[in-house]
Amino acid sequence: MERDTLYQRQVIDRARTPAHAGSLDDATHVGEGTNPMCGDRVRVGLSMTGDRVTAIRHETRGCAICIASADMMAGLAGGRSALELDTLGRLFGEMLRTGEGAEQVGELEVFAPLHRHRSRIRCATLPWTALTEALVGAVDGTPDGSKDRRGVDASATRGDGRHG
Amino acid sequence: MDLSPAAMADPIDALRHLRADFPILNEKVHGKPLVFLDSAASAQKPVQVIDAMSRTMRTQYANVHRGLHWMSERTTDACEGVRDQVAGLIGAPSREEIVFTRNSTEAINLVAHSFGSLIRPGQAVVISEMEHHANLVPWQMLRDRAGIELRVAPITDAGELELDALERLLSDGKVALVAVTHMSNVLGTVTPARQIADMAHAAGARVLFDGSQMVVHRRVDVREIGADFYVFTGHKLYGPTGIGVLWGRRELLDAMPPFLGGGEMISTVRFEGATWATVPHKFEAGTPAIVETIGLGAAISYIESIGFDAIAAHEAALTDHALRRLAEVPGLRVIGAPADRGGVISFTMDDVHPHDIATLLDRNGIAIRAGHHCAEPLMRRLGVNATARASFGLYTTREEVDTLATTLEQIRSLFV
Ligand SMILES: Cc1ncc(COP(=O)(O)O)c(C=O)c1O
Repeated sequence: MERDTLYQRQVIDRARTPAHAGSLDDATHVGEGTNPMCGDRVRVGLSMTGDRVTAIRHETRGCAICIASADMMAGLAGGRSALELDTLGRLFGEMLRTGEGAEQVGELEVFAPLHRHRSRIRCATLPWTALTEALVGAVDGTPDGSKDRRGVDASATRGDGRHG
Repeated sequence: MDLSPAAMADPIDALRHLRADFPILNEKVHGKPLVFLDSAASAQKPVQVIDAMSRTMRTQYANVHRGLHWMSERTTDACEGVRDQVAGLIGAPSREEIVFTRNSTEAINLVAHSFGSLIRPGQAVVISEMEHHANLVPWQMLRDRAGIELRVAPITDAGELELDALERLLSDGKVALVAVTHMSNVLGTVTPARQIADMAHAAGARVLFDGSQMVVHRRVDVREIGADFYVFTGHKLYGPTGIGVLWGRRELLDAMPPFLGGGEMISTVRFEGATWATVPHKFEAGTPAIVETIGLGAAISYIESIGFDAIAAHEAALTDHALRRLAEVPGLRVIGAPADRGGVISFTMDDVHPHDIATLLDRNGIAIRAGHHCAEPLMRRLGVNATARASFGLYTTREEVDTLATTLEQIRSLFV
């Protein structure tokens, strides 16, 4: 069987046993991202000191790509400022679109092969949608997957086979 | 046709020679031979269809019903000939009852708009829990626009319509229309159309069947099943996109106001007003999908040259084989178990997400569908977010189903 570089052991293991899953009881900021195409959902809870993330947890219902991406994001977010995370999210989105710049995103580089699976890019960016929302502090609860505002570019992620 | 005893005995192999008619089946995906198990979303096209469309544009093309010249008359004849073919395909009593639309979605919207305008506030439309969004959203829009009630007939856990519950929904005599699928695009369920029609009629309601999946697999006779409206879409029937069909009983189509306004659908036009053309043209505003209509005609000729006996036998044997093979895959759960079913199988595999399944199958050249299949309320009813779905066409082989099953086993071993 052809396995694809996308599904490396790292991704699958991370999806099966995430290190940062769960809810954060004393979260000061929460955000959510949903993908109406498949019903996947990521909730992120943060606690912040000043503009720095001091703790983060995610609750993810989704595919292996989505869970692994959420967990790696949570692993990278601790100790970073909102601005640093915004920049990282942007670089990550850029890498997913172009396949380039993997050296700038740490362990998120495992998702670089996604640029060849346009319909799956959204799976990896969904956690960042939730994080962005948490950082903005605007929780409006609308199940609207099109509101990736910053950091990640969702425009390349359309094109689910809608029909059937 | 292969008339050897072996081919005759095996309805799956009996259609194998037809694969040569589908050029795309020679393509490779990620270096692997294409195993196309997504025909329920849209079927591949035989050369007969491709050539008929190309021939039209090369040698015999003009606008229809308008020109007084030779090219226009011939093209009009070719398109109108397809109306006869469609009437023949579904057993419609009259060619005038065949309305060309863009697809099933547009055909249902036409009925929701035009027949819908005859439904009074306080009356109701009944759909089922297993409708495609195409046979759900237009009725919600009508409900919100016209103050009618939308009732939903439940299904059993096996994925069959609950006829007792349908009976109860019909019992107050307020239902104007029952609009249900003839074959589910998620569960493969074939619904008991005649019974549903009889129940609807006994309650004073009309009945519409969404035949998008059904016409592909079995012979449909709209009179035998007692339908009042029947819709299907060309691209699932090995024809092109952009062409679909609404069949309706003449007296209903006559009573309904037009859907879209414009050229072709009028009798006379003055600035003060217009009068409508007779059916079917009343419902066919604007230049139709000329080349696609001719393509649909070629697809129907192709299907009929094979015959629905052979097509249905191939599908039944292949579906049995697939259900057997998939049952052997550890952790795989087929969704629904309807007694009468077609070649559409939805499944989950442990907690491996359907999108991961689809992407990994794709890496191996196998195309399936994953997601909610344009039937979100049904997914909710079934208690799943998404499923993977394999669906078969007349070109699907036993070996392709086996490849699916063994690749699924390998995918599962990655995740557990
Ligand atoms: C059961 C059913 N109804 C309706 C449709 C809509 O068909 P179309 O998109 O061609 O209008 C589909 C397929 O997409 C279907 O499977």
